[in-house]
Amino acid sequence: MALLQIFEPGESTAPHQHRLAVGIDLGTTNSLVATVRSGIAEVLPDREGFPLLPSVVRYFPDGAVQVGRLARLSQSDDPENTIISIKRFMGRGVADVARYGAMPYQLEDAPGMVRLRTCAGVKSPVQISAEILKLLRMQAEESLAGELVGAVITVPAYFDDAQRQATKDAARLAGINVLRLLNEPTAAAIAYGLDNCSEGTFAVFDLGGGTFDVSILRLTRGVFEVLATSGDSGLGGDDFDQAILSHWRQSQGIASANQKDMRRLLMESRALKERLTAATEAIAAVDLSYGQHVSLGLSQGEFWDMTAPLVQRMLAPVRRALRDADLAVDDVDGVVMVGGATRMPHVQKAVADFFGKTPLNNLDPDKVVALGAAIQANILAGNRRADELLLLDVIPLSLGLETMGGLAERVIPRNSTIPVARAQEFTTFKDGQTAMAIHVVQGERELVSDCRSLARFELRGIPPMAAGAARIRVTYQVDADGLLSVAAEETLSGVHSSIEVKPSYGLSDDEVAAMLQAGFQHAESDLAARALAEQRTDAARLIEALRSALRADGDELMTRDEILEVESGISRLEDAASGGDHHVIRTRIDELSQATELFAARRMNKSVAAALTGRKLEELSNL
Amino acid sequence: MTPDFDQDHFKMFGLPVRFGIDVTQLDQAYRKVQAEVHPDRYSVGSGAEKRLSMQWATRANEAYQTLKKPVARARYLLALAGIDTQEETNTAMPPQFLVQQMTWRELVTEARGQRDVGGLDAVAGELRTLERALHLELARSLDDSPDHGHAAGLVRKLRFLEKLAEEIRAAQESMEH
Repeated sequence: MALLQIFEPGESTAPHQHRLAVGIDLGTTNSLVATVRSGIAEVLPDREGFPLLPSVVRYFPDGAVQVGRLARLSQSDDPENTIISIKRFMGRGVADVARYGAMPYQLEDAPGMVRLRTCAGVKSPVQISAEILKLLRMQAEESLAGELVGAVITVPAYFDDAQRQATKDAARLAGINVLRLLNEPTAAAIAYGLDNCSEGTFAVFDLGGGTFDVSILRLTRGVFEVLATSGDSGLGGDDFDQAILSHWRQSQGIASANQKDMRRLLMESRALKERLTAATEAIAAVDLSYGQHVSLGLSQGEFWDMTAPLVQRMLAPVRRALRDADLAVDDVDGVVMVGGATRMPHVQKAVADFFGKTPLNNLDPDKVVALGAAIQANILAGNRRADELLLLDVIPLSLGLETMGGLAERVIPRNSTIPVARAQEFTTFKDGQTAMAIHVVQGERELVSDCRSLARFELRGIPPMAAGAARIRVTYQVDADGLLSVAAEETLSGVHSSIEVKPSYGLSDDEVAAMLQAGFQHAESDLAARALAEQRTDAARLIEALRSALRADGDELMTRDEILEVESGISRLEDAASGGDHHVIRTRIDELSQATELFAARRMNKSVAAALTGRKLEELSNL
Repeated sequence: MTPDFDQDHFKMFGLPVRFGIDVTQLDQAYRKVQAEVHPDRYSVGSGAEKRLSMQWATRANEAYQTLKKPVARARYLLALAGIDTQEETNTAMPPQFLVQQMTWRELVTEARGQRDVGGLDAVAGELRTLERALHLELARSLDDSPDHGHAAGLVRKLRFLEKLAEEIRAAQESMEH
């Protein structure tokens, strides 16, 4: 590994080593991995040259797992154990997924997220998604011939906190360092904006296999500012397949189809939908297992009529997004179409009619999200200066908490630019009350029962006081991935409690650790070796960054003693890194990071001041 | 060590402390600050840098949102001057203003009942006109000939209008379903 060269005594290597980073579009139907090579974003195909990896995972009784094209081809052989469209299950409960129509899976209602009982054991959607991500990671590491520094993983903009957290957990389970969760429409806008050097206000209309997003963005000289986003995380191309399927079953009385037949009918329905993109008429046919031959002929017009309600459903979020952005239809300079399902002509037409302009389709709607994610990953990995591109994204749904009477009180409104923090004060309502339950919810509805419950936790140890005397400050912080953490504090006594919002939907750290352990076929020593390599890489990165910062600003911003302290911290870390204990390396990294906080703060203050006074940053630092 | 957080929102963006600001200058300064501090710049940084950058970016977003919207900007200026706008407690309004409010509210209810989108748009338009007039008055009472008491009253009026505008939006949304 090139990064380890920095451990050679003496001078560090060049600061601008290319770090391998990828963008991953983890899609409902297909998934892709892309990277930037020689300044150009490109999709990394698999060994056989296919760019798209079908998001299909098949489990076998011996525990073997098959992912991708073969699993998709054989899906009707064993539909119960061949999972399609798992993205629609991420962070969802049994009641949520029941809306998607008939499914062959044996569902289990686990706390928070639904689980699937397969012949290889009970699997959570996080584990199933991790299988897809694992393959993409290996595919990327093989074609780039090196280990990845990390990946940008895209998520539908309308994904709530539970769905985002589940995605991040899946990546972690697949051994991927998540540089950022990026909203799919924003990723598409990056690919489009940089490709066409566009400026102005754009609407990105993203209809994937299972999710629908619309984002309104303003582009100004490398700044991508999301003004508003909206959507429906349970609406996608799959619903068009289901519409054909249920029409087929009803019109021909195919009532008692078994699971294999159902999957065949669904596959043919999808194929019929795809044919109707170009053809005005098409036929689908299936030989059912009990010998019956069924076929369905459909005209484009019939298909469009049948699915008109689905198309109508997309326009409400579009209107909402425009209203939230405080814009009229005419203010939109261009409309970008993303996602394979936007190939359907009646979707194109509905969007064109609504905006009164022809949508842009000049980039492959299947690839554009992954390409945008790759561009972002390249920047985040430090291969390009970040100020060439600035993304200002928003949270899609309001965050709040439960108050008296089961009402949801909004703490952070939807479409707030992230990162964002907001604090609200509450008080006790009983004399001598020593604890307060905090129920964190997400959604736009007034009743808590209509919102999504994200987490519950308790602030304990409040000193007994009269009702209304305590001052309980609840702080919500949403980070740049759109993930929430909540802290509560009684400000008079300083009693503190906080939570990263994930227990009710994601996996606990222990669960992830156990799955990682089970997932690796290596011996324990290999796991330890991997941990050691990771910590060494982290150490190398920190040292490299600090040396470069010291060269640039050390003399100006630090006293001689402070510099000496940092340098001795660096050598302590170097000693640890040349040893074999990854715990020690981690401790030294944390110590050094803490010891340099003052320096980091001064540098940040300086860079802000410099930016505002208009001096070029290059004059001040060469980071 | 915390970042340079003691400075007020105006100073953060290098703007004069006043109601009348150059919005383009604000937009540009905000983007410049974010370009320096945004977490995307520190995704391979140290733990300390990541934490600081999130604090800074959060702070920049808060400052920008506060200064961008006229009502929030006025409220903030008054807070800097030690004046509480008492929007929740002080509901005393000139009778004329209240009558106007009631008329609009009735129109909104009526339009909602009749699913009259045009009627809602008309009220929203009148609302915006009054809002603009109040913004001009705010500029006078905050910048030209300072009268903080009067300005606080204007903020309370604008808060009333905001609530009404929210109701109109809710009505518009309900009609789409």
